[in-house]
Amino acid sequence: MRRVLILAWTEVLHVVRDKATLAQVLLIPFIQLLVLSNAATFEIRNTPLYVVDQDHTSASRGLVTRFAASGDFDIVGASPSPEVANERLLAGDVTMVLTIPHDFERDLVREHAARVQLVVNAEKGMAAGIVQFYASRILARYAAELQPSVGRGTAASIGLETVPRRGAPDLDIRTRAWYNPTLDYRHYMVPGILVALVTLIGTLLTAQNIAREKELGTLEQLNVTPITRGQFIAGKLLPFWVLGMFELGAGLVLGRLVFGVPVVGSPLLLFAVSAVYLVAALGVGLWISTIVETQQQAMFVTFFIMMIYLLMSGLFTPIDSMPRWVQIVAELNPVRHFVAISRAVLVKGATLREIAQPFLVLAVFAAAVFGLAVRQYSKRAA
Amino acid sequence: MSAFAGLLRKEWLHIRRDRRTLLVVIFMPIIQVILFGYAIRTDVSGIRLAVVDPSPDASTLELRNRFAGTDAFRVVRVLPNAGALDPLFASGAIQEAILFDGDFGNKLARGLPARVLVVVDASEPNSGSAMESYAIGVIQSYQRDIATKGGAVTIVPEARMRFNPTRASSNLFVPGLIAFVLTIISALMTAISLTREKETGTMEILLVSPLRPLEIIVGKVLAYLVIGFVSVLLVVAEARLVFAVPLQGSLFLLLAEGLLFILTSLSLGILISSRTSSQRVAMIGALAGTMLPTILLSGFIFPIESMPWPLRLISNAVPAKWFVLIARGIMLKGVGLEYLWPQTLILLAMTVVLVGAATRSFRIRLA
Repeated sequence: MRRVLILAWTEVLHVVRDKATLAQVLLIPFIQLLVLSNAATFEIRNTPLYVVDQDHTSASRGLVTRFAASGDFDIVGASPSPEVANERLLAGDVTMVLTIPHDFERDLVREHAARVQLVVNAEKGMAAGIVQFYASRILARYAAELQPSVGRGTAASIGLETVPRRGAPDLDIRTRAWYNPTLDYRHYMVPGILVALVTLIGTLLTAQNIAREKELGTLEQLNVTPITRGQFIAGKLLPFWVLGMFELGAGLVLGRLVFGVPVVGSPLLLFAVSAVYLVAALGVGLWISTIVETQQQAMFVTFFIMMIYLLMSGLFTPIDSMPRWVQIVAELNPVRHFVAISRAVLVKGATLREIAQPFLVLAVFAAAVFGLAVRQYSKRAA
Repeated sequence: MSAFAGLLRKEWLHIRRDRRTLLVVIFMPIIQVILFGYAIRTDVSGIRLAVVDPSPDASTLELRNRFAGTDAFRVVRVLPNAGALDPLFASGAIQEAILFDGDFGNKLARGLPARVLVVVDASEPNSGSAMESYAIGVIQSYQRDIATKGGAVTIVPEARMRFNPTRASSNLFVPGLIAFVLTIISALMTAISLTREKETGTMEILLVSPLRPLEIIVGKVLAYLVIGFVSVLLVVAEARLVFAVPLQGSLFLLLAEGLLFILTSLSLGILISSRTSSQRVAMIGALAGTMLPTILLSGFIFPIESMPWPLRLISNAVPAKWFVLIARGIMLKGVGLEYLWPQTLILLAMTVVLVGAATRSFRIRLA
């Protein structure tokens, strides 16, 4: 135990003496947490809209006003020419073009049905679908508004908040968003981004660690000391584990104070899980460190693993939508389990019983990785 | 010039001898594009839906069928009352529930308010709001259809998805992935290669040689430029062959822009390395400092328009953002320089500024 502590202490000294590393390790996660937690949203506001109004009637102008007043759209230009609209779409400064054809008002009055065309820049992926949904919602509301003026007696009221009218099929749609009623994505992103940052820095530091000793030749000196392999790996792990715990804790406090991240479940439970998780995450770093020869290689392997960690963690894109085989691969990703646990505990208030399964996976993973790193590290120089 | 040729030869030997790094650098982008081209999906499909229908009749059945008929939903439970919903949500067996009013069809026919309640699991808000809007979309189209039969006013939107009609995720992410992989590889490789010379002390030798600082930098970077360009070629070929990502515009322009973007990333790597003296610092700077911002602020997954303005401002400083715009423009929209010149100019300007700053710091170290 004494040997482990001594080795750990040299690591602490290494990091503390290297002012640049220390500053990076302490500042990068918190700055990025504060800044980037605001970035990960699909909430679409102020979509740039271009209007091609070929009808020029009070009905078409009314429709344009509804779009302008909705808050979902920003009208950045209008002209009767579809060519100009197309130019703007190609240039990319417009996300949707609303075309109101010639006979819009006439059709509304005569046939009670009129068409408009929405052209969405689908380059934006999921945002395109949501924008289209917003637009149809505005159209439906406007149709309902026009009811008394152009319609006869029998009418359908359409919209989310509707006043029931006699004789009309009246569908009242209400929605509830459970677990996060305000749909504040930051509550959900902050724990995830924090985990990602701590994992990134922890894995990097540990992966680079033994590789550096190899490059500098100091590993030979350690090899001739009576330290055992398990003690060696434990000593390398300990300081970064403490650092990781500290960063997770501090980041969580910051998230609570700045973003009002809810802490519904037990923070103690979360820390217990973090303790196990960090052994898994840092163990992977140490394992990388034992298989590579140079720091450059260590970094590339870390980068490769981090990318899989991050993009397959369900942090940015839902795992449920991934193909089956990818979901199976994602099961091996410790970040994914820890992100799921931290969200469940913080947002849903899950207890040990609900998170038992991913927790068990993490524990097995941690033990396996630690064992692998110890096995892989041979005290002999190659 | 012969000194310069010598430097090039030395770099080439370094790279060739380190087979492992070379393999990783060439094959990593290919594997990643395959993996993520399949894995990254922002659209939500196969939503596990429960329907609570206390009094089934023709209209609720019709709506249920409409839900079952879309790809987005999978009706996994039909329940007579809402009592059993809680545990189903908590265990994740269902993600969304539609609750009909009792006597729904009768109320609808008589014009009384017929309520539909849509409940979503919003612990993941982005998917939560997508699920909500899909469900409302289905209900609204049903509503439009019955309203038309009753002679009520309707405005029918005819929606067209330009540039990516099938809304295939891979069409969007593959150009983004190219930017992402290139940034990190180019920035990392140069940053590490230059700081290693410092750490092992061989930089001093280079500095006392007749080579000028700019020549040292160019010599060190040239080899990585070639490697980066090879991986652009491979990744673009892969995008076409495996994912059938359209290439509407000119291949030549795409490759030229790719080269420019590699240059920008390389100069970022040079700048990082000229400011640091240990590989550890360079590594954390290049990887921890650029990885998440490149994922989040490049518009590669999340739309930049919806971010708060300070972030929109910061995103302008992320080179990958401009390259994503260019790559999507060329591949999906088929536009050329006539539309892409501003982005290209910005990348050029960034490269010049970065190289300038790096060369300056380099000179200072000579003193």
